[in-house]
Amino acid sequence: MHNFTLAELINGLRSNKFSSVELTQHFLNRIKELNGDYNAIITTTASQALESAISADQRLANGNAPEMCGIPILHKDIFCTNGVRTSCGSKMLDNFIPPYNATVVENFENDGAVMLGKTNMDEFAMGSSNETSFYGPVHNPWALDCVPGGSSGGSAAAISARLAPGATATDTGGSIRQPAALCGISGLKPTYGRVSRWGMIAFASSLDQAGPMARTAEDCAILLNAMASFDEKDSTSVNEPIPNYRSKLDNPINGLKIGIPREYFSEGLHSGTEQAVRNSLVELQNLGAKLIDIKLPSSHLSVPAYYVIAPAEASANLSRFDGVKYGYRCKEPKDLEDLYRRSRSEGFGEEVQRRIMIGTYCLSAGYYDAYYGKAQQVRKLIQQDFSDAFKSVDLIMGPTCPSPAFKFGAKGNDPVAMYLEDIYTIATNLAGLPGMSIPCGQVDGKPVGLQIIGNYFNEERILNVAHQFQQSTDWHNHMPSELA
Amino acid sequence: MAIKPAEIKKLASLSRLVVDDKTITDVTDRLSSVLALVDQLQSAQTESIDISRPFHIAQRLREDEITESNKIDELQATAPEIYNGFFAVPKMID
Repeated sequence: MHNFTLAELINGLRSNKFSSVELTQHFLNRIKELNGDYNAIITTTASQALESAISADQRLANGNAPEMCGIPILHKDIFCTNGVRTSCGSKMLDNFIPPYNATVVENFENDGAVMLGKTNMDEFAMGSSNETSFYGPVHNPWALDCVPGGSSGGSAAAISARLAPGATATDTGGSIRQPAALCGISGLKPTYGRVSRWGMIAFASSLDQAGPMARTAEDCAILLNAMASFDEKDSTSVNEPIPNYRSKLDNPINGLKIGIPREYFSEGLHSGTEQAVRNSLVELQNLGAKLIDIKLPSSHLSVPAYYVIAPAEASANLSRFDGVKYGYRCKEPKDLEDLYRRSRSEGFGEEVQRRIMIGTYCLSAGYYDAYYGKAQQVRKLIQQDFSDAFKSVDLIMGPTCPSPAFKFGAKGNDPVAMYLEDIYTIATNLAGLPGMSIPCGQVDGKPVGLQIIGNYFNEERILNVAHQFQQSTDWHNHMPSELA
Repeated sequence: MAIKPAEIKKLASLSRLVVDDKTITDVTDRLSSVLALVDQLQSAQTESIDISRPFHIAQRLREDEITESNKIDELQATAPEIYNGFFAVPKMID
């Protein structure tokens, strides 16, 4: 059953090939047997999952159940789950049990989806390798000595290893697309404001966006149908009509204009990755698409701008973790200042502390205009680049990340080397645009991702093209050799 | 911009963090390399760019009405220490 896509599982439940209880038990068994190899899941919610599956089976038997009813999924451990620990991959929240559900979790619950557990992640979503998690690194199912990418590495590895057919994830600078690429699965970061951020632990509020991960574009469309909603409780939720994301998957892509930014094929791109991406572009040409060279002239400034704006917002957002209201508290504080400082230094890992200090520096007196003001201006230049490009093309494509999965510790002690892992993904977050990664080839037996960037609220078009690509190629069906 | 260990101490204090003497050199070096990265921003021509309105979307407002019930017990259940319905902290004044 674990080799079926989510769409096939929906059909299987409706044609009584298996029940939700059988399906849920199958994935729980698989998690029990295999998760030790990958460390993809931090918390398994077995008894709760089986209870949900019993209710889902009743609902399915009654008819008119939503599409996701009875389907087991995983949630990234950044989404608050009522009564279930939500750690955000941090010692700071190792003991935090939220009294409410994130809107995304609530949407899936209302549809009758079954939560199998919570996935591992870089601490507070800060990382591109999953090495910053308090719960230890996630291992890439394609090469156990390699990283799965991050920050949603647990969700990506779990899907790649067939521990669940779908999962939620979040993307602040590439945290859905980069791990999707490194683990050979499909992942979509929707337009900023499309999916509610309420109950999703904040990293950088103007950049954070939740999205789906699954093996295929069609499965991502099914998950996005359940996730997307206008939410009064999220002040940046956008009240735009929500289409059925499955309805246009089968449209032909004849005449589609694809922009190829020359800046995304520059120095630093692995030659094997480049070849795989260029081959996939030829495949799309064969399906009727036209390739058009475009320029995104400010894209070299996206990583520097991001590493001002994201840490600045993080330093403010993470000020709430103070050892008073929830989370970790240090032992025997001598006064309030000592309580704050030791609780935070003992509760946060090194990367989180570094980003808090960078953010504090960039926002401090004397540096605000030079760093934060300047970064916001550059952000506008980057937005302008995209809006100019979308005057002449329908979608923009290139590699998701510069190289395939790297070994643990390969980026050493240099934070900047790790930050450059997101060089092709960060600009879309700064602009608020939707972007997706789908598997498009392999280098030395490790997957490569093709990134597809669309205009605002154009997820339907991205999913349509990704689905058409997957109808004529089989990269999304490849699986790690030890699972085959 | 290079940053000095003394500035790191001040930054740690502003950030309500502790940087001890054993790690201060590493912290300083790594922070300096990140600041060297972000210094690339200074080359951008941005004089004419207005950021008073970063997005062309108006802030959504709502009626000033109570929408939540009092959940003090539920919310305080996650606190490290509660005293008589208040969040408890160490004594601040001698």
